[in-house]
Amino acid sequence: MIAEKTRLAITGAEAVAHAMRQINPDVVAAYPITPQTPIVENFAKFVADGIVDTEMIPVESEHSAMSAVVGAAAAGARAMTATSANGLALMHEIVYIAASTRLPIVMPVVNRALSGPINIHCDHSDTMAERDSGWIQLFAENAQEAYDLTIIALKLAEHESVLLPVMVNQDGFIISHGVEPVEILPDDVVRNFIGEKKPRYSLLDVENPVTYGPLDLYDYYFEHKRQQVEAMENVFEVFPKVVEEFAEISGRKYNFIEPYRLEDAEHVMVALGSTNGTIKDVVDELRAEGKKVGLLKIWMYRPFPKAEIQRELYGRKTVVVLDRSMSFGAEAPLYAEVKSALYEAPAKPLMGSFIYGLGGREILPEHIRSAFEMAVAGELVVDDQKYLGLRE
Amino acid sequence: MAELKGWREIPIGGVIDKPATAMAFKTGTWRVMRPTWNEDKCVHYMMCWLYCPDNSIIVKDERMMGIDYEYCKGCGVCASVCPTKAISMEPETKFVEEG
Repeated sequence: MIAEKTRLAITGAEAVAHAMRQINPDVVAAYPITPQTPIVENFAKFVADGIVDTEMIPVESEHSAMSAVVGAAAAGARAMTATSANGLALMHEIVYIAASTRLPIVMPVVNRALSGPINIHCDHSDTMAERDSGWIQLFAENAQEAYDLTIIALKLAEHESVLLPVMVNQDGFIISHGVEPVEILPDDVVRNFIGEKKPRYSLLDVENPVTYGPLDLYDYYFEHKRQQVEAMENVFEVFPKVVEEFAEISGRKYNFIEPYRLEDAEHVMVALGSTNGTIKDVVDELRAEGKKVGLLKIWMYRPFPKAEIQRELYGRKTVVVLDRSMSFGAEAPLYAEVKSALYEAPAKPLMGSFIYGLGGREILPEHIRSAFEMAVAGELVVDDQKYLGLRE
Repeated sequence: MAELKGWREIPIGGVIDKPATAMAFKTGTWRVMRPTWNEDKCVHYMMCWLYCPDNSIIVKDERMMGIDYEYCKGCGVCASVCPTKAISMEPETKFVEEG
């Protein structure tokens, strides 16, 4: 049954703070960093006002924030933190430990360019640096999705056959500081949806004492890594069930990917995050002009939904991949992976790689239109990395 | 050493799901220096027992009885704190050569 909703005009950061309020985590440890700060700032008000029961730990760095959250989660607590850019980079060591220790921590990440040169605006270099860390990575297009995916992430993370941490990415400032209408579910509906945390191993369970984080050398480390692969595989079974249940309470449907006007599309753009909203508008314009274009939005980047992407991209004439980060000296992350997914395609589409929006550089409808027009005109050259909005 | 298990048979996340499993693993094999005990010099002052970080001093009726080489890693703390120099550190190679 779809629950009664409250509609608020709030930012993406506030929307996520509301999701955290409804999750009511046992522990939140965080350190401020632009543009993440308003998430924890808003959540801290809920703590100060006694609206949540959360133990709030103001720590001295992000390395400590993630460490505190790892300790709390190992003790069996529902533990969360949030960060951006250099904060995420400072967590890096413990980000791997959270995943390999199989702690279902949910962390909103407000995407911002990694230094240097120092920059506080949006790109995906921060989260892309963690793509092999063993975390599930979800990307929101807008504030509503940031709210929804935070709640979905918690249920996915804690599922007994997953037990992996999740990053819920939202574009810095564009989503985090932009005010949009967001539908908030009733508190009890969210609490019923996520249920009680049932940790498999808890340091506070004195009846069943366990050791977390022991030395694990050449005799077992490899086996534990293989288990992480299996947990990621299990996400493909579990995620569809979680989002189906979420659709039942919210009416909003999520998946690994969102096809937009793909039915007969010959030219398909692939992208992550808020830019998908702009691309949808440009697709509508080009469709009105009779051009067979469409969009494949990626909601889940890790694990990478290869089969779903193949299903949508096989048989297309061209595939244009937009990346908001780079891999210096190699192909851009999303482009490389979409291209790899198309290796087995019976007829390979022509591919184009476009970098955009680094350090918060504006991405305008005309940029997207120009990339589509190159695709339609057959002007794409595989692996010839192009740049949208860059001065030559 | 216990028989090694496959990835499906072990707890996830590197967790050890039982207490005191160290009993099953002999960890003294990588010792380089061996503490040797001279019973004649020993006055059972028990500083070795107090300082040993690995419970490798064998004690019976409050008296030093010897060293447990299955766990002793040869750190040498016992030799260094002994007031009568009843423990001396010798290279393991010496014992290998002697068979």
